[in-house]
Amino acid sequence: MDREVETEMGGMRSASSGGGEREIRIPVTRIEGHGKVTIVLDRDGNVADARFHVVQIRGFEKFCEGRLLWEMPVITSRICGICPVSHSLASAKACDAALGAEIPSPAKKLRLLLHMGQVIQSHALSLFYLSLPDLLLGFDYEVEKRNIVGLLESKPELAKRGVGLRKFGQEVIEALAGRRVHPTFAIPGGVNGALSQEKRDKLMAQIDGVIESAKSTVELVKDICMRQDDRIPIKMYNMGLIGRNGELELYDGELRIKDPRGNVVEDGFNPSDYLMIIGERVEDWSYLKFPYYRWAGFPKGSLRVGPLGRLNVADGIPTPLADGEFREFKGVGENGIVDGTMFYHYARAIEMLHAAEKAKELLQDDEICSKEIWAEAKEIRNSEGIGVIEAPRGTLIHHYWVNGDGTIRKANLIVATVFNNMGMNLAIREVASKRIRGGRFDEGILNRVEHAIRCFDPCLSCSTHAIGQMPLSIQIISEDGEVLGEIRRD
Amino acid sequence: MGKARISTLWLSGCSGCHMSLLDLDEALVELLSGKVEIVKSPPLTDVKEHTPVDVGIVEGAVATEEDEEELRKFRDNCKILVAIGDCACFGGITSYRNLFDKDEVLSRVFVETESVVDGKVPASRYVPKILDKVKAVGHIVKVEAHIPGCPPSPRALLYALKELLEGRIPILPSDMASFE
Ligand code: SF4
Repeated sequence: MDREVETEMGGMRSASSGGGEREIRIPVTRIEGHGKVTIVLDRDGNVADARFHVVQIRGFEKFCEGRLLWEMPVITSRICGICPVSHSLASAKACDAALGAEIPSPAKKLRLLLHMGQVIQSHALSLFYLSLPDLLLGFDYEVEKRNIVGLLESKPELAKRGVGLRKFGQEVIEALAGRRVHPTFAIPGGVNGALSQEKRDKLMAQIDGVIESAKSTVELVKDICMRQDDRIPIKMYNMGLIGRNGELELYDGELRIKDPRGNVVEDGFNPSDYLMIIGERVEDWSYLKFPYYRWAGFPKGSLRVGPLGRLNVADGIPTPLADGEFREFKGVGENGIVDGTMFYHYARAIEMLHAAEKAKELLQDDEICSKEIWAEAKEIRNSEGIGVIEAPRGTLIHHYWVNGDGTIRKANLIVATVFNNMGMNLAIREVASKRIRGGRFDEGILNRVEHAIRCFDPCLSCSTHAIGQMPLSIQIISEDGEVLGEIRRD
Repeated sequence: MGKARISTLWLSGCSGCHMSLLDLDEALVELLSGKVEIVKSPPLTDVKEHTPVDVGIVEGAVATEEDEEELRKFRDNCKILVAIGDCACFGGITSYRNLFDKDEVLSRVFVETESVVDGKVPASRYVPKILDKVKAVGHIVKVEAHIPGCPPSPRALLYALKELLEGRIPILPSDMASFE
């Protein structure tokens, strides 16, 4: 039942194209931001089309113009409250590049530690608060209780583990930056403060427990994923940063892209040249753009990024426990590619374990308390700066054109959730067409459609951020889009 | 006394204010198992309808027609409306786009950016109209309490919640108000 991008996407139909079609619209909840799904049914009540819409834009690419370089990490971290750290890091890296600054090793380690804190908190949020309620309580569980509160009631120990993991990640961020959301820590040329011995000890005291929790989370999530009857397989290109030996890399490294069959089509690609290989398309029905691999064209070259994309392109993970899990994970797929959208959760749990191990490694390194945290940088040496990292949700690109006086002339941003836009659209279509037949569906089925989106852990604040909480309705529309009737679910 | 019913709304913001709420960690768990019931909250629950509640908490500024419509419905359903974060209180970072013409912003994002190929500004009925200028929540509806900050600290939010549970409209002590 694999879906090929090439064959399917050509058939994207306008919702108002055929007479007598019906639309089901679902406002998507329990994701970070809210989007909408429209499912179009044909005359027989089978799925003709399904789309995920993102309906907001904030315009960072424009209003950064004229701001000063040093403000950029502060401004762009406001793109997203869940992964502000990612934006501040990508932004600081872009600024380093414009300054021509090589940051000192302790500063890099501190940025990395900050990043690991963020990966832990963000993955814990996605797994425990957003997705496990479906997977553990059931897709059909009571609507009012199918959430973290319901999980706290029925599986308190487990839910508290999730709250604890997220909290630790946030505490790492707080220890470094003094606050949890929108920390001003990564700055052009280095970081904004050293780590005190006292705070280091405090984090060290917890780290083994955190690794333990992360390990049992992998066991739990693996087990759940393996038992899913529908893994939502989708064939796509995969992309992520990798280190020198092909290992998983979240902060630096080079881009690798594999085609849907697992062949490496780009390797060791300098991320600063991204414009050569990545293009973006705009569709009329969403404020979210559609990036793709240029040499494969659109929509065939649509890319999967994030935990699943990353593990698909990597040859290993540079920490021992996570690497062991990684080997087992690879065994699920073919040619090193795991296609099931459901396995995003599994990959996410393995990455959380890696982040915990990596955090321990960094905390054990005495350099982490060094006060050598700034590079000497006096002038704008380059008129462009590009910063690329692997954010929790995937590859994140910040690109600034800078004037000699340090003001920003132009900015371009491509964020992880945008890369996954096509993947999300394909996944909901896969689930919807399998489950909705003859016009029959129930709340549980629609929740499964939403869950396909939750797998990607989209962060809609990042990508633009969506709104609109229309109650679920099925609209019957005529050829020119006129609404002939509406059925609402209360 | 039964549980206080609270809903949250997410307009054009970054979700950081909601994250700050989650950063109450155990205190949140305690509130939820005791005095507070979260009814509708986009990142946390699947309830999709507006339902009457005691307190409504709103994050984000008003940037599209849909934001405005949602906010009015939300207001009609809550006794007390609390605006949290700079975006909701004053427009915050979301209102930076007011420095430019709306069409300039759209054309930069969807047509001019270097990675876009054959761009166009989305304009179908599936995407809501963008307002000419971003507005603060208080410009559209009546707001009983403002908790500024970007985001407000978890401590400030906890203070506000506790005051509300005591039946008082929260006014932040100066050491908790942050305007970063
Ligand atoms: S006030 Fe700050 S934290 Fe809150 S939504 Fe706006 S940008 Fe995000």
